[in-house]
Amino acid sequence: MSILVDDDTRVVVQGITGGEGKFHTGQMEAYGTNVVAGAVPGKGGQEVDGIPVYDTVDEAVREEDADASVIFVPPAFAADAIFEALDTDLDLAVAITEGIPTQDMAKVNKRLSEVDTRLLGPNCPGIITPGEAKLGILPGNIFADGNVGLVSRSGTLTYQVVDNLTARGIGQTTAIGIGGDPIIGTDFVDALSLFEEDDETEAVVMCGEIGGEDEEEAAAFIDEHMDTPVAGFIAGRTAPPGKRMGHAGAIVSGSGTGTAESKIDALNDVGVPVGDTPEEVADNIESFL
Amino acid sequence: MKLHEYQAKDIFADAGIPIPESQLATNVDEAVSAAEEIGYPVAIKAQVHVGGRGKAGGIKLASDAEEAREYADDILGMDLKGYTVEQVLVEAGVDFTNELYVGVTMDRGEGKPVAMVSTEGGVNIEEVAEENPDAIAREHIDPAFGLHPYQARKAVYDAGVDQSVARGVSSILTTLYDLYEERDASDIEINPVMITSDGDVVAADAVMNIDDDALFRQPELAEMEEETYEDDLERKAGEYGFDYVRLDGNVGIIGNGAGLVMTTLDLVDYYGGEPANFLDIGGGAKAERVTNALDMVFSDENVDAVVFNIFGGITRGDEVAKGINEALESFDEIPKKVVVRLAGTNAEEGMEILNTDLVEVEETLEEAVQRAVENAQEASQ
Repeated sequence: MSILVDDDTRVVVQGITGGEGKFHTGQMEAYGTNVVAGAVPGKGGQEVDGIPVYDTVDEAVREEDADASVIFVPPAFAADAIFEALDTDLDLAVAITEGIPTQDMAKVNKRLSEVDTRLLGPNCPGIITPGEAKLGILPGNIFADGNVGLVSRSGTLTYQVVDNLTARGIGQTTAIGIGGDPIIGTDFVDALSLFEEDDETEAVVMCGEIGGEDEEEAAAFIDEHMDTPVAGFIAGRTAPPGKRMGHAGAIVSGSGTGTAESKIDALNDVGVPVGDTPEEVADNIESFL
Repeated sequence: MKLHEYQAKDIFADAGIPIPESQLATNVDEAVSAAEEIGYPVAIKAQVHVGGRGKAGGIKLASDAEEAREYADDILGMDLKGYTVEQVLVEAGVDFTNELYVGVTMDRGEGKPVAMVSTEGGVNIEEVAEENPDAIAREHIDPAFGLHPYQARKAVYDAGVDQSVARGVSSILTTLYDLYEERDASDIEINPVMITSDGDVVAADAVMNIDDDALFRQPELAEMEEETYEDDLERKAGEYGFDYVRLDGNVGIIGNGAGLVMTTLDLVDYYGGEPANFLDIGGGAKAERVTNALDMVFSDENVDAVVFNIFGGITRGDEVAKGINEALESFDEIPKKVVVRLAGTNAEEGMEILNTDLVEVEETLEEAVQRAVENAQEASQ
């Protein structure tokens, strides 16, 4: 079992003719993902490695019955591409693009409240259900099918923790990168609630980082609504206040909110063990299974 | 990016927000003649990208030419929190009865912009927000519609601004939001808005920060960007295009992806070492970028040992290995020990290429960090 994507998911790639779009479409197909169409304005009628390209997402959905989109569109046009995805009947849109202006994402966020399509990202590595489908740029070979869910704000940290799990034979139901930007579509609470409802997911890893208060909100949600055990990891314990550490969201304000300490405390207070190292996270997950 | 006060004020003035008469000066004589022209008293204000200028001695009020000369001389060239003052704004002193705060920023929790008004202006607004949050009236803004005039009025009334100036203040707030949106600001603030003894409202300060990700559509503002690095290493990182933060320790850290690099820092600390820097080479790095990263970290004289931690997704292990080899082969003697941990996409190909005469290799993140910490401890003894 899985959440959000499986081998029935029919994917349209927005930006399929660009370098990244083309390369990762190949990678997704090689993993077994059912990529049914591309959408690029002005490129309708072309093919990319045998996949038909349409001018609009709407056309791709009508002609190929796509139900999910992956967006590899440059930042200047990415918000528009997300709006286009949200304007169809897609179940899921995954925005990989990094560097979308925050005010654009505030407008997208407003639109999200009016539609049924779920957005993942932006600035995220995507989502994978091992052995079935991956939408995004995650390296498929490190994942294994199993019963642990994973949700993370950081791509490479996702890979690291998955590696620690897979190395000791613990597979995953689905792994979700929600992205490191200040305004994102699906957040920790959304992902955790989906894992809670999934019968196959027996434990969940949640990887957070400094900045914002999403982890604190997730802790409150875990306390009130979750029976599935959660193990946590928080990156940025050593980050100095006021410095931006790569991710737009990964900045600690001087006033004590958004620090690793406040996030770890919030999680510990609701019974979520937070590992000091990724290996400890795997230990904690193992103790739940 | 941050704009200087005088740059933000130019933008505010063009949009119709009242500001005091002012001139920019880069030396003492210019400052004095500006002061003479404007008329005393004048405020002499350091133009540097740091907060809390007043407290740090970067803003002084001069009541005659002698004071203007003395203060301009004090402030020009002074070091303010690591930045040298190279220009001052000489500004007409405002005879005020009251100070307000107005601002617009992004509330990331709500995913919406928020407009704020407070009658506790002229002080550190972050302290007010923490100690007395009710003293700041807030209105969240639907970005599809912008700030409705009624919302601006509501914020002003909720904050308890005097009726006599409510119209002027809400007009400033409306204009601020328009600028926030048009110019892709991340924050825009006036602290304080001064209420003069004549009942006028004047923007006595101006803060405007622009979303770096939106500079592509703000070419005029992008031109104002100044490189304000704290040291030569940060300047170099800027030129190479790295996300880099210099820290106080002696273990140099290079990795890919913000979350993984932060985790590597945390593990260095966990195993008893001290991180010297945060350096993210980003996604999909080619060999040259890797070479530049090693050059950066070797240039830091505090660094005693280096850990190179790559988990490839979009980044390819063979490219990374090539870059490491190229960088290290250029030395007759490698200046600091380098531990490499390579996993993910094309890691096996990378391991075959990697010249293990030049680096130590560890299989796991934990082992690599521990080894680097040991190397640093040995080297510093």
